[in-house]
Amino acid sequence: METTHTDARPAAAGGNPWLSRPYLVRKKSRETADTFTLELTPPAEDGGFIFKPGQFNMLYTFGIGEIPISISGDPAKPETLTHTVRAVGAVSRAIAGLKPGSRLGIRGPYGAGWPVTDITGRDVVIIAGGIGLAPLRPAVHYLLAHRGEYGKIILVYGARTPADIVHRKDLEKWRSRFDIEVLVTVDRATGDWQGNVGVVTTFIGGLRFDPSSCAALVCGPEIMMRFTVMGLRERQVADNSIFISMERNMKCGVGLCGHCQVGPSFVCKDGPVYRLTDMKDVFIKREM
Amino acid sequence: MPVDTSPEKAIYVLETGDFQTLLDAVMERGHSIFGPVLRDGAITYDALHRDTDLPLGWNDRQQAGSYRLVKTKRKTFFAYAVGPHSWKKFLHPPSDMLCAAQRIDDRFSINEPDREHPRRAFLGVRSCELHALAIHDKIFTDGPFINEAYRRRRQDILIIAVNCSHPSETCFCTSLQTGPRATGGFDLALTEVLTSGNHHFIIETGSAAGAELCARLPVRKAARTDIEAAEKVTSAAAKKIRRSLNTEELRETLDQKFSDPHWGQIADRCLACGNCTMVCPTCFCSTVEDTTTLTGEHAERRLKWDSCFTAEFSYIHGGSIRSSTLSRYRQWLTHKLAYWFDQFGMCGCVGCGRCITWCPAGIDLTEETRKLQEKKFVIRRTNGR
Amino acid sequence: MEDLSRFLKDHPFTAGLNKKHLDLLVGCASNVVFKAGEFLFHEGDDADLFYLIREGKVIIETYAPQKGPIAIQTRGAGEVTGWSWMVPPYKWHFDARAVELTKALALDGKCLRGKCEKDHDLGYILMQRVSSLIAQRLEATRLQLLDIYGNNTH
Repeated sequence: METTHTDARPAAAGGNPWLSRPYLVRKKSRETADTFTLELTPPAEDGGFIFKPGQFNMLYTFGIGEIPISISGDPAKPETLTHTVRAVGAVSRAIAGLKPGSRLGIRGPYGAGWPVTDITGRDVVIIAGGIGLAPLRPAVHYLLAHRGEYGKIILVYGARTPADIVHRKDLEKWRSRFDIEVLVTVDRATGDWQGNVGVVTTFIGGLRFDPSSCAALVCGPEIMMRFTVMGLRERQVADNSIFISMERNMKCGVGLCGHCQVGPSFVCKDGPVYRLTDMKDVFIKREM
Repeated sequence: MPVDTSPEKAIYVLETGDFQTLLDAVMERGHSIFGPVLRDGAITYDALHRDTDLPLGWNDRQQAGSYRLVKTKRKTFFAYAVGPHSWKKFLHPPSDMLCAAQRIDDRFSINEPDREHPRRAFLGVRSCELHALAIHDKIFTDGPFINEAYRRRRQDILIIAVNCSHPSETCFCTSLQTGPRATGGFDLALTEVLTSGNHHFIIETGSAAGAELCARLPVRKAARTDIEAAEKVTSAAAKKIRRSLNTEELRETLDQKFSDPHWGQIADRCLACGNCTMVCPTCFCSTVEDTTTLTGEHAERRLKWDSCFTAEFSYIHGGSIRSSTLSRYRQWLTHKLAYWFDQFGMCGCVGCGRCITWCPAGIDLTEETRKLQEKKFVIRRTNGR
Repeated sequence: MEDLSRFLKDHPFTAGLNKKHLDLLVGCASNVVFKAGEFLFHEGDDADLFYLIREGKVIIETYAPQKGPIAIQTRGAGEVTGWSWMVPPYKWHFDARAVELTKALALDGKCLRGKCEKDHDLGYILMQRVSSLIAQRLEATRLQLLDIYGNNTH
């Protein structure tokens, strides 16, 4: 049974689903040269922002446009809405340019999240690449807050270079804990980097977890996810224990515009998090 | 006035000379009427007030990649098939305001536009189009999120259907059980009966509103012979339809043929112009366009029709997911004929034939689908890795 | 000896070998420990010894005059330091340096080559494993070249 769909959606019946609400930018911090984390304050009358790890919002900058961005904050802290944005297009650059005190249009949360409540009792292997750590960050927060309910927790994070590592403070904090194993690796070592070097996939073979009772949560560029899936399969992890987060063009976020269709589903409402068994084709079929 | 006490399914006869009384009654009920009119060398849908606004005495000749109008000897009312327009242009307009934003210093507010709440009547809706409306109703108003603007526009539409007497060469509704005779989803359904001595309409009521309208018209109750004559019109129309689409196991077949080289042969002809998606009565994809005034204080967000044939459609920073024409044609066809079943529990095609007629390259989806169905499963060529 | 044999049975590179082959390997094996900063081997050296890592971390790197050491990949527990001992000209192409206290099993590649020459069954099995190792390295190298993180915004 699929229970990853949210019950934290805004009231669906009636109303214009394209209307966003202005949120106050309270704090902006730099993650890397082009990536920023924004902490937003929901309007007082909303009484906080409730979401599930892995869900996303549509972010609107005045007059420029709207993009889907995963929520990267702690689900136990609804008073703050956190987004990590990489400035690569017109809208994301405008968002990166926002100063504390300005406003950002928000609507959401949308989509299916990580199945954190369905995988209790199992080992959890989290594999993230690049800014793909952002949508997994709420899941890590959740798992650690409910630590007793899970087996081993392993986080493998790969970035291009040491300078491209996001959420560095969290990674350091998590690494200092004894109840989560954190492995950070870079494709290219620079400077005085003394950590691991090599793509994330090369580390899967050496991880110690129980493949017969685990859940793998994977997020990163599609190529990285494809090779990660191959590595997990080599470890005899079943496809129905692997969860991936897909990225597609989205204009509406609510299944009405058609842009994010992949085969039989719309990524915005059926995803972005999928059980691999429901998304296999995409890993085989080009340009689907 | 012959009014039935149980009006849901009554059948009447209206003389062509009295057709204006129907239009008047509809307008008196507060509806503005939209229906077939002659514009730019084609039969399109637009506002009309008089029966003489209709394309009286015109036929159309349609083929793959071709559309022509032909004058007839008699003053027929509905002796043509569907044209390039469909009703979606009224319910899901090509450009539609979603919201407006106003900036004051570093703050802004987002407001919903005043929604029009028009009372409209659609005249001359064909059976395939009723099915297309049902598909859009499902997509836009049945999910957890709804297209509110569509819902409001849709709710008060009075539908006067017309049963097809002159299907075009590109029609294939019979194979999809979507025509040529309207079986539901209308307030009134007309059949134009034209014999050597007679020219009248057989009117079937489909709702209380339809019955109420008939009560105000100079109609007579249809005799058995009248009804039989009307049935003959649609059964003769059905016999004229030559194209067909076999939907049996189509979803599975298209899934299997994902890597068939035939897609490449279609792509060699396809111009990726997107005409098929514009004329299709079920294509619903849209994008959002943002504009600001020169002062930068006022911004608007408009919903615009989009097409899966454009490179931007699947763009995510850096490139398109579907960069080739092959993948875009395949996306369009498999969405309609395969994945639509998964998403909405129905076929995404109603057999109206518009995409065939209006394709500048004359690509015929029934023909291409048949070729894919007839081919044996081709083992996917694997490229070295 | 007992300990060496048990370790070989557990290590992914040598797991599943039959007793006869394991015994042959044990004959070429010895326990080694490297402190952080010590080199396991240097670029250009004869690839006679190679290492199955039990604990710790080793970095494979090269040295560029103006740039200093350039890290290529790290290897940890359960991994093998290289494959040059099996493929002519039997020379290491990179440096291997322990970045933390590293315990490993050193296998004498030269000795193993001799045994493979005499026992082609063993030679085939080891060649299979070495080629799988090379394939993994090639795939990892391709992924590194793809620079996959350049194009992703979640």
